[in-house]
Amino acid sequence: MPKKVENVGCPYCGVCCDDLVVTVSDDGKKILEVENACAIGNQIFHHATGGERIRLPRLRQPDGSYKEISYDEAVDYAAKVLHNAKKPLIYGFGSTNCEGMAAAAKVAEKAGAVLDNCASICHGSSFLAIFDNGYPSCTLGETKNRADVIVYWGANPAHAHPRHMSRYSIFPRGFFTGKGHKSRKIIVIDPRHTDTAQVADIYLQVKQGHDYELFDAFRAVVRGHEIPDVVAGIKREQILEVANILKKARFGTIFYGMGLCHSDGRNHNVDIAISLTRDLNDFTKWTIMAMRGHYNITGPGAVWSWQYGYPYCLDLTKRDIAHMNPGETSSVDLAMRDEVDAFFNVGTDAGAHFPIDAVKHLKKHPWITVDPNICMASEISDLHIPVGIVGVEVPGIVYRMDNVPIQYRKVIDPPEGVISDEELFERIHKRLCELEAEEAAKGQVKAAPEGVRAESEP
Amino acid sequence: MKTVTLTLTNPSELFLEGQNITPDNFAGKKAAEIAALDVWEGKQKSPLGKYFSVEGDGGATAAETKIVLRGDCTRTKRIGQQMTAGEIVIEGSADMYIGGWMKGGKIHVKGNVDSFCGIGMEGGELLVDGNAGSHLGSSPRGEWRGMQGGMIRVAGSVGNDTATFINGGTIVIGGDADIHVSTHGEGGTVVVKGNAKGRVGGQMVKGDIYVYGTIENPLPGFQMVGEVEQEVDGEKARFVHHIGDLGERHPVSRGKTVYANLYTRI
Amino acid sequence: MSELLIKNGFVFDPLQGIKGDRMDIGVKDGRIVEAGALANPKTIDAAGMTVMAGGVDIHSHVVGPKVNVGRLFRPEDKLFKSPLKRCNRMEMGFSVPSTFKTGYDYARMGYVFVNEAAMPPLHSPHVHEEIRDTPIIDNAAMPVFGNNWFTLEYLKNNEIENNAAYTAWLLRATRGFGIKVVNPGGSEAWGWGLNCEHIHDPVPYFDIAPAEIVKGLIETNEYLGLPHSVHLHCNNLGNPGNYTDTLDSLRLAEGYAPKNEFGREQVMHVTHLQFHAYGGDSWKNVESRTKEIMDYVNAHDNITVDMGQVTLDETTTMTADGPFEHHLRAGNNLKWANVDVELETAAGVVPYVYSPKIKASTVQWAVGLEIALMSKDLMRTFLTTDHPNAGPFTRYPRVITWLMSRAARDATMKTFKWLDRTIESTSIDGIDRELGLYEIAQMTRAGPAKALGVSNIYGGLAPGMDADVAVYALDPESMPSDPAEIEKVFGRCAWLVKDGVVTVRDGEVVAEPAKRTVWVDVKVPENAQVQRDIYEHFLRHYSVKLDNYSLFEEHLHNPRVIEVDTTQ
Repeated sequence: MPKKVENVGCPYCGVCCDDLVVTVSDDGKKILEVENACAIGNQIFHHATGGERIRLPRLRQPDGSYKEISYDEAVDYAAKVLHNAKKPLIYGFGSTNCEGMAAAAKVAEKAGAVLDNCASICHGSSFLAIFDNGYPSCTLGETKNRADVIVYWGANPAHAHPRHMSRYSIFPRGFFTGKGHKSRKIIVIDPRHTDTAQVADIYLQVKQGHDYELFDAFRAVVRGHEIPDVVAGIKREQILEVANILKKARFGTIFYGMGLCHSDGRNHNVDIAISLTRDLNDFTKWTIMAMRGHYNITGPGAVWSWQYGYPYCLDLTKRDIAHMNPGETSSVDLAMRDEVDAFFNVGTDAGAHFPIDAVKHLKKHPWITVDPNICMASEISDLHIPVGIVGVEVPGIVYRMDNVPIQYRKVIDPPEGVISDEELFERIHKRLCELEAEEAAKGQVKAAPEGVRAESEP
Repeated sequence: MKTVTLTLTNPSELFLEGQNITPDNFAGKKAAEIAALDVWEGKQKSPLGKYFSVEGDGGATAAETKIVLRGDCTRTKRIGQQMTAGEIVIEGSADMYIGGWMKGGKIHVKGNVDSFCGIGMEGGELLVDGNAGSHLGSSPRGEWRGMQGGMIRVAGSVGNDTATFINGGTIVIGGDADIHVSTHGEGGTVVVKGNAKGRVGGQMVKGDIYVYGTIENPLPGFQMVGEVEQEVDGEKARFVHHIGDLGERHPVSRGKTVYANLYTRI
Repeated sequence: MSELLIKNGFVFDPLQGIKGDRMDIGVKDGRIVEAGALANPKTIDAAGMTVMAGGVDIHSHVVGPKVNVGRLFRPEDKLFKSPLKRCNRMEMGFSVPSTFKTGYDYARMGYVFVNEAAMPPLHSPHVHEEIRDTPIIDNAAMPVFGNNWFTLEYLKNNEIENNAAYTAWLLRATRGFGIKVVNPGGSEAWGWGLNCEHIHDPVPYFDIAPAEIVKGLIETNEYLGLPHSVHLHCNNLGNPGNYTDTLDSLRLAEGYAPKNEFGREQVMHVTHLQFHAYGGDSWKNVESRTKEIMDYVNAHDNITVDMGQVTLDETTTMTADGPFEHHLRAGNNLKWANVDVELETAAGVVPYVYSPKIKASTVQWAVGLEIALMSKDLMRTFLTTDHPNAGPFTRYPRVITWLMSRAARDATMKTFKWLDRTIESTSIDGIDRELGLYEIAQMTRAGPAKALGVSNIYGGLAPGMDADVAVYALDPESMPSDPAEIEKVFGRCAWLVKDGVVTVRDGEVVAEPAKRTVWVDVKVPENAQVQRDIYEHFLRHYSVKLDNYSLFEEHLHNPRVIEVDTTQ
């Protein structure tokens, strides 16, 4: 009899739907059906058992091919790379559980590495804004139960967070919002007329790169000041109309996305959005929330904050104190400036996401990829270590975009022999401790680990 | 005043962190002791002398110590960090955090500097003959008490985020400024003698900005209130006076609301 | 396990009434034993030193989402302010330390048990993850109930039995310890940007007032017979003139008697009383009303309180009192974080600078100390800083010094810019009382342990209790003349034995024995209505599934369960 696993969390986006029902074949080896998930979430589950998986670590050979090695050999190689590098960079964690992130931090601290996550190239600018200006926010259930005005600014959930609008914001009927969509006003602000804009009551086509000016205008208007006839491509009358809706809301939430944190000014666009939210709380209740991308990209920010007080871009190379300054200690900046001499790509694809110059610099040094699947990064690595897929094969805690922890389940076992991120990092940590002890006992550990560097041009 | 000359003879593989290169740390030390001070290359701590040749002894105090850096310091960070007195001359260019958290003394860089120079500055003087990167005279992450005092003068152009959260002191830029000047400012003065790209004075509470050239994208939160004549950096000129950021909070002093001032040269 | 003999120390154990007698304390298999029962113990020479049970903190914000927001959004709280690494893990942060620094610093001060003051139930997996990463000290965490929709609805209809069943369910779901109430009704009102400043202000929509919430929760607590009492953060925190609201809140306990099997004698613990004892009607004319408040507390022994002492530091305020943090930000214009939690609570976080140059701060400083110095029963008055709200817990040694030494208070007062006005507005200058070591032991271990209902395990040195022993290099027969010496001694204990393991020696952590999560499991009769209500709210109003809400067993770390059975 196929088995149904209920209340399964989805390892796709920051919406963290936890209502999936997954049907598993009676031998527990195949995922047959996934209910309630969006098309992308669905695909992640089916992919796990749909095709061939990498079952052993693979080490680059002189002819450029990969050779399978044991986990013990891979752990030894990884530990030696970390131990011998002067400034290794451990980056990724978009698709790992918090237990794995905590273990990775232990490794980074022991190795004297820089520890960073995908927020660095995503919502990291939101962190900068939060450092400077705070974060008046709420959980998604608050929005569902109370909000009568919703703003999506520079975000397109219709594509990036497929069930966001139906679970939390526009459509659901909540405690004080029994009429669902009918009881809510939807405002979409975006340079592009996206599919999300299709459902808006009001759509403002802000001039690309000029969100900051539009926020400034809203703030001036809310305080009763005059503004020019047109700001950022929007007519004054429309700004006044929207400002009035914002002030008269019972409860509002601004959801913002990459449109703010990756256009000119980045963190400042978010920063002034926070200022506007704060101003509006002098009139009524407003909250703001970043549309975090991956299902657990909020996780490393949480875990590393309680461990070190910094959510990302942690420079642990000084061994006795952590330092953080995005712009310097952020992965892409380090890579572009050629500041690091070893690279760990964990549960992400820096090969695909980083600028080509950054990848070229990183490729001059050992590059290790930890990922369940084959990706661009794994194919240019010196070592690829497969791990189980969190949310499918490995359970654990993940943090939703509103910082709510969701306990994920496992629905099937990982392929035989494949270990979790957490176990992998615990083993690397153990090996690092041994190397340290060996070095303390008899001087420098033998420098070059076995195996050969991959071709340096990606 | 005694002079210590550091010459970069053995460049590092990675970037160097030289927060110990200050008159405060060199004062009272012989050349050999200075050469033994720590610098960092990633997690590797080494003596300064591994990379630099050191000539001359430090003075009795920081104020009596001058440091001259020769050779390519474009991969050396944090020179002059937290210095309180004395003088540093960098003959060429240098990397990040030059004069960061500086309290006194003087740094003269004859080339360019990278980002975060003069960050968290409380006093002293930082002169750059070339260009500066981003976050010049800015506040460290999350710190609402930005530049408190001192003087930064950059002959060339600067990157973005100049003088964020500035509270006091003066920054004079000979060339152009990229976006965000004095964002969240609550005091101090920034003079841009070239053009400013935009977002000048956003979320600013108090303080002064002068722009001699054009502002490509002025903010809607600044309003023109008249024309004034003012003496700036030793010369008198006429300016259009704007107040703002009207979207931001503003304190009331003696019954009058205090705004930030933006002066654009006529 | 090895045996230990802590020899010849001056022992202060208020739970047994031991007042500085020169005694030996025996330790075997992690428990205190009669010294004579040891066969071949290792010896700790405590001659000329003070010996107490491990410290117990009744109210401190150390783990969970708002604490972590405080860490995350204050990088400047780390820059040039963190000590260099000395233990297994780095120790970052000043006012909101990392989990590792929290555990190490409490241990260095001789503390072994810390009660997290507010756990938003929806975030309990987060709380337990942080507990896992807080070394050495045992933790409990109190879920918040005062603005919870279930609670509001049951109490509106006076359904104590149903509320009790729900409470028992939530304690188990979150692996929580007791009933925390923060600004009852006010944080729900904050969902609409409003507040309940007084105990009779109605909560929007729910048609109940804070007074009824508090009384209903006291009844629920005593119906269940929980180890701890209702733990109340009163309405109208931090506002001049609020002492009348505080007196109103205190009076809500009248007529209630404790009912429990844990030796607890109060029905209400009122926390960070300092923030609730102000007269005047603005910060210009604010004055201390500690006397009125403490007269009431002294006369009513079914109430316990803790100080919430202001330490005059730059710190980070954080509370489930959402509207208060919004209000505070409007005053100091610093960054403001807020998290409203669906159906349950809210939270706000704002940095704050308490300064000897600001009159409001120095008046607050005086009010806090007055609470302890005017107390007639220090078994009911506990030392806290409402960490990190009035100051970081790492300042406890300084607070102890102020309490023990008039000279220390005078020295601090000399730094006040508005000294005359502070003296005018408070009674602090007229108080010569100096507390002794026995009274400090009451305030920092025996009293809190008793009020938490755990005094059979923590807070004392009777045989059978946990072998948690702190030794301070302080000779009660020749106390140092320099008060700074007292601060030093309490900041870095000479020895800490935790669970029978030597954990701190000469102020440095030398071992990390396994820490525990302490929670309360209440057995109640099946209650179909409550089960149905839970099912309905999760179906319609929560954003997570019911089956994913309760903490999975694998996320509970090294539990110590206190069982309560109401079905007998």
